Amino acid sequence: MAGTQAIDYTALAPALVVAVTALGVLVLDLFLPAGRKVVAAWAGTGGLVVALATLLPLVGDTRRTFCVPATNVDPVSCSYVVDHLTLVFQVLVLAGAVVVMLLSLDTLRDSRIPAGEYSFLLLSSVAGAVTLAASRDILTLVVALEVVSLPAFALVALRRFDSRSSEAALKLFLVSVVSTAVMLFGLSLVYGTTGAVHLDRIASALARSDGRLPATVLGVTLSLAGFGFKVAAVPFHFWAPDTYSGAPVPVAAYLSVVSKAAGFVGLAVLLTRGFGPYADVWAPAVAVIAALTMTVGNLAALRQRSAVRLLAWSSIAQSGYMLVPLGSAAHGAGSVDAVLPATVAYVLAYAVMNLGAFSVVTLVGRHRPRNAIEDYRGLGRTEPLTAFALAFALACLAGLPPGLLGLFAKVVVFQAPVEQGVGWLAVVMAVNVVIGLYYYLAWAAALYARPAEGARPPSYRISWSDGLAIGITLGAAVWLSVLPRMVLEALR
Amino acid sequence: MSDLLLPLLLAVPLAGCVALLVLPGRTADRFALPIGLVATALTMAVALWSVFAATPYNASWVPSLGLRVQLGLDGISDPLVLLTAFLTFLCIVFTVRVQPEAGRVRALVGLVLLLEVGMLGTFLALDLLLFFVFFEVVLIPMWFVIAQWGDDTVPGGRVRAANTFIIYTLLGSAVMLLGILLVRAKTGTFDIAALTASGGAGMSSNVQVLVFLALGLGFAVKTPMWPLHSWLPDAHTAAPTIGSVLLAGVLLKMGTYGLIRIAVPVAPQGAEVVAPFLGAFAVVGIVYGALACLVQRDLKRLIAFSSVGHMGFVLLGIATLTPVGINGALYANVAHGLISGLLFFLVGAIKDRHHTSSIAELGGGLYDRMPRLGGLLVFAAVASLGLPGLAGFWGEMLTLLGAFDPAPGLNRGYYLTLMAIAGLGLVLTTVYFVSLIRRVAQGQTAPRWQQALLLRDATPLELAVWAPVVALVVVLGCWPKLLLDATDPAVRMLLGG
Repeated sequence: MAGTQAIDYTALAPALVVAVTALGVLVLDLFLPAGRKVVAAWAGTGGLVVALATLLPLVGDTRRTFCVPATNVDPVSCSYVVDHLTLVFQVLVLAGAVVVMLLSLDTLRDSRIPAGEYSFLLLSSVAGAVTLAASRDILTLVVALEVVSLPAFALVALRRFDSRSSEAALKLFLVSVVSTAVMLFGLSLVYGTTGAVHLDRIASALARSDGRLPATVLGVTLSLAGFGFKVAAVPFHFWAPDTYSGAPVPVAAYLSVVSKAAGFVGLAVLLTRGFGPYADVWAPAVAVIAALTMTVGNLAALRQRSAVRLLAWSSIAQSGYMLVPLGSAAHGAGSVDAVLPATVAYVLAYAVMNLGAFSVVTLVGRHRPRNAIEDYRGLGRTEPLTAFALAFALACLAGLPPGLLGLFAKVVVFQAPVEQGVGWLAVVMAVNVVIGLYYYLAWAAALYARPAEGARPPSYRISWSDGLAIGITLGAAVWLSVLPRMVLEALR
Repeated sequence: MSDLLLPLLLAVPLAGCVALLVLPGRTADRFALPIGLVATALTMAVALWSVFAATPYNASWVPSLGLRVQLGLDGISDPLVLLTAFLTFLCIVFTVRVQPEAGRVRALVGLVLLLEVGMLGTFLALDLLLFFVFFEVVLIPMWFVIAQWGDDTVPGGRVRAANTFIIYTLLGSAVMLLGILLVRAKTGTFDIAALTASGGAGMSSNVQVLVFLALGLGFAVKTPMWPLHSWLPDAHTAAPTIGSVLLAGVLLKMGTYGLIRIAVPVAPQGAEVVAPFLGAFAVVGIVYGALACLVQRDLKRLIAFSSVGHMGFVLLGIATLTPVGINGALYANVAHGLISGLLFFLVGAIKDRHHTSSIAELGGGLYDRMPRLGGLLVFAAVASLGLPGLAGFWGEMLTLLGAFDPAPGLNRGYYLTLMAIAGLGLVLTTVYFVSLIRRVAQGQTAPRWQQALLLRDATPLELAVWAPVVALVVVLGCWPKLLLDATDPAVRMLLGG
């Protein structure tokens, strides 16, 4: 059946809507008077909500498009597949992006960041993330991953008047380029030895081959690099703290939640759907990376004084937790499918709680540009609701009740290494959870401490968009703490 | 209805806590104490009712984790649930008149109610993971109580004391979680009753040892067992009065309860292997606690260290793995909850009046200037050292009796040695409490206190709070059957015979 083939536009709709909105916003920006540029951001937010709505018809069945015909060894393979895993991450990416846009509205109004470009870049990156979740061949994966990354460089650099911003963007760019180059080399090796680009065909080729070809082993291992960068795993984590603190705070929120989730879905898809038969090769490597990532992230976070930098290091540590289930998948192909839900559940829970923390940090940062932990002192007395939202998010991140969402997510993650018999990884993570508690707690303590002598207690007028963002994330965190099924059973 | 009693028991304090959280500031500030009083009084009523009428409750919460809301009461948890509800109620009543210096009664009451949810839930849970969740619920409220309302008399200050407390406990409970998940990975269930009934089936001997060590570490930190006790003195000393009362009275019991309820029956072979070591640590704790008390110069710190010794007896009772020893452990648990609760109330009252708890600064003459407070302190001290006729006696005697005849499979000569050392600890305990009475209660009032005008003796409200505790200490001392009749059948069932 050579020649043209039907394209399933319903399956593509979410990505298309976001991409078209991005272009539309860019054009719209040209026609907006100087004082009303923020309307472009509004249009962008609307586009994201519409994209969320286009996910509805996709629920239930698996849709495939851009397929190649069957060969004598392989069935039909498709490049773009919308299955349950895809949908879960598309919802996460789009909903997360909506919250980030809400947080951006005031930032755009108050600062000299151009609203039109900002919205265009953000939406472009989101379009990449939406596509990444559905990509099922290595070419689409790489292209989608780059579509997520490229606009991010510009987003970070948008504060042209701030030299830290440019430096942050340059760092992000350099680490990204290096890791992408390494990944491309790895993927080309895999392509060379398997002769396939579709993940399912790579998997069956790997399963058919006897023994372990050194070239394939090298290729599989190097392929991790690109995603390691995206999720800020050690040793590709150095960009995160500088970039987060140099970028506008909502962009940091975007990088730490949406872009990281995109990295995780790519990694999960590549490892489980493509490299599943080589689990005994990549899982130990992922386990070591996970252990290093959480340890480095937590130890560095202990020393931070700035809220955004602390969240940056903490989000590195949290990446380590998310990698733990993948790292415990060493025993047979069945274990790969067994551990995937744990990673997905943690990524979802992390998105809710980290966005919750970033919502409040964005708000405080708008009034206290230094955004040091010290600036939060006494917030609980003047802004009890905002302080509670942040304290709850921190309790979730630490994984202690009343933040049950985080506790359940950690239990799910712990379950993987214990059940798969990777005890050392579980113990390393247990120690890390305790280290993590210390800095989250210190921050929460500052919220409720007596304000310093003579200091003006922090008190803000909260705009409705900020309020909505804080409300959505706090509501979701509380709701999911009571009824965590939606997150924990996302893949069932 | 009777199956909803146990959820109700948790819902009442939780509702009080949520009410304080969501009510608008002004209203909540004004009604904080009434809400706290009503919530804790209702909780106590429901607790009493539950002990007689409740039937187990079982509902699914998070199916993918296997987490079920399984609640139940039996002879082991009955006394502890009542103790918790009782002490929490007394703490709130106490707060009516003796308000913390740091203010913000609303937040304090709310945290104590949340604490109560965690404490009650720990004693009610019959699902391993649910137990773990409740075990963790107490951490943040207690951390806030110490860090916000504590005082800075300890080295490093109250925040450091609070941090040490929470980090020690979390380190223990993180390892405990691994143990719980290991149990589930090997047996496929979190159901404590089913695991108790199967007696470790499905787990090899080595796995059981690992499980017992992992679970035991979490409980040993909480109890605390020597040498994991070093969080305790600072936390108790820094905490405000009601914080110390709940810490010593209830929170420490969660550790020993966990050992009895979970670690021993779920991994019986592991328990058999580890018990001799547990016993050794227990008696070292007894002697160490007593020796440490002998050199303390601070009244509150002394009482805190005495807990290490008393909990050593509880651990020794558990380490015998006999019904007698474990009954003794449970008895000592409840008795220590009452007596140390009372002691911390009294020491708190003394500290509030003198603004110091240093024994040297207080000097003698407490009888002289505050006869009622002095008398109560001596009563509590004597109860604590295990005078026959008061509650402290039976638990320690049964524990020693258990060590005299440990479970088959344990080396009897070894346990006899442990018993002898524990007996020595008992003597040392008497020594330090008698010397405490001599230094603080007897003698002449120092001149600096003679001029002080604010040294009032115990107020009627304080007496009303303490009287029921005193009465219970006497009742349990004279009528041990009351408690043993409840615990004994449950303990025998737990040990499978």
